[in-house]
Amino acid sequence: MTGEKPMVPDRSPAPGIPAEPAALLDVDGLSVRRADGHELLRGVSFTLAPGERLGLIGESGSGKSLTALAVLGLLPAGLSAHGSVLLAGTQIVGARDRRLDRVRGRTVSAVFQEPLTALDPLMRIGRQLAGPIRRRRGLRGAALRAAVSTALDEVRLPERVAGAYPHEISGGQRQRAALAMALACEPDLLIADEPTTALDVTVQAEVLALLNGLVSGRSMALLLIGHDLAVVADVTDRLAVLERGSLVETGRAEDIVREPRHPYTRALVESAEAFEAEFDRLAP
Amino acid sequence: MTLLEAREVGFAYRGGTPVLSDVSVTVTAGRNLALVGESGAGKSTLLRLLLGLARPSTGEVLFDGRPLRPGRDREFRRSAQPVFQDPYSSLDPRQPVDRIVSEPLRAMRIGARDEIGDRVAQTLRAVGLPADAARRYPHEFSGGQRQRIAIARAIVCEPRILLADEPVSALDVTTRVRLVELLRELKATRELTLVMVSHDLAVVSALCDEIAVLDAGRIVEQGASAAVLGSPEHPHTRRLVASVPRLRRDTGPAAP
Repeated sequence: MTGEKPMVPDRSPAPGIPAEPAALLDVDGLSVRRADGHELLRGVSFTLAPGERLGLIGESGSGKSLTALAVLGLLPAGLSAHGSVLLAGTQIVGARDRRLDRVRGRTVSAVFQEPLTALDPLMRIGRQLAGPIRRRRGLRGAALRAAVSTALDEVRLPERVAGAYPHEISGGQRQRAALAMALACEPDLLIADEPTTALDVTVQAEVLALLNGLVSGRSMALLLIGHDLAVVADVTDRLAVLERGSLVETGRAEDIVREPRHPYTRALVESAEAFEAEFDRLAP
Repeated sequence: MTLLEAREVGFAYRGGTPVLSDVSVTVTAGRNLALVGESGAGKSTLLRLLLGLARPSTGEVLFDGRPLRPGRDREFRRSAQPVFQDPYSSLDPRQPVDRIVSEPLRAMRIGARDEIGDRVAQTLRAVGLPADAARRYPHEFSGGQRQRIAIARAIVCEPRILLADEPVSALDVTTRVRLVELLRELKATRELTLVMVSHDLAVVSALCDEIAVLDAGRIVEQGASAAVLGSPEHPHTRRLVASVPRLRRDTGPAAP
């Protein structure tokens, strides 16, 4: 046994063979390095087919969010991506902004943990939502206003929210507004990075149900990133488990929850089960 | 035995709407109490009143049956100690761990100077930190270890009550399991009663004997944990219980 922890794959992708053309997102040997050469993400590979839902799970520092940022071409300055990220045929690694602009919004859009970072504090929600709709669908005037209220309705926000500033609405409403903006571009892939972590548990349940319904309704692919196994496994078909920058296990969500094979995954599942057992003991 | 009690307390910021109204809770020795509810319900404000960090606008807080006089009651300060949510902001980054942990002893002039080192070493052992932790600085520790340092600082003066605001929420789930074990162990070995603010009902089930559910500044339900979670009566409690995410292990259709 070497010091390296073995990856437990659900299928072994043979090196050198091109990815099946059906993949919407094909991440192959993705590494992220700091300027000093330190690797934060090591050789991460996974694929996502159109309409498929993949959960990326791991603890703090495991590289979940870095993976999302690398897929979006949004790594912060000082970090560099290596390997390959093919998004609907476009190579993201090393791409210039002009090429990225063609895929961001149309092919992929994102929702992050803190909706306030996605919303302009000085702009009413309706105007913020109108921006991507106008650019994507070329609507103006009354048609644009109608599209904005449809978009609000889809995320179960009352129409008056259009006239509100971000600070005037609750955290759950802000996350719905951020979700509406991400969906306004009708992307093929939605990346949601801890979208409900900052929300109260009852609001989390509502937003997850909403996300679930919207993604199925549009047969959109979903990359859901989270630390809460119960939340992520409930919404996704497959799980990929990250530990300190390496992918240690991938497989069907049900199988991983029932029979985790890698020791790290087992520790995650057992911890989650331990808490659930305490809760079940009192609230059967 | 009643250790600490909030009697019909209300709290409002000047000119603001009340954050808490007519709240009564009792902390009994040996019965860990959870304050649960959603953000803005008033959980943390109630904890601050119980800690004497804020004074109630109406009603009173009683410690050992006497009205609490924060700042002037050394016995209270020694008996009730806080633990905060974020172990990254609650420890002074420029002090070594032994200075941090011994601060309550120095501030309250407890014990002779030459005993302090021993008490710190003994407390670090009690929270499961290695002896060499004493001379190191907070940045050298992980989140879980930092929370152990914060707990060591809280228990070094041998308090009877620990008042903790979301003490394990910022931690990863595997670390959280170990911290919950530590808090259980301290309750058993040190006769320490925990009052905990939490939004996580699983953590509450693991640690607390009693639950008070707050909604919009009022207590809507309180009682033994098994009763409150097992057969919740108030609609708000029912919603909280129903919203807890569950692992689905069966292959049948997902629950609605």
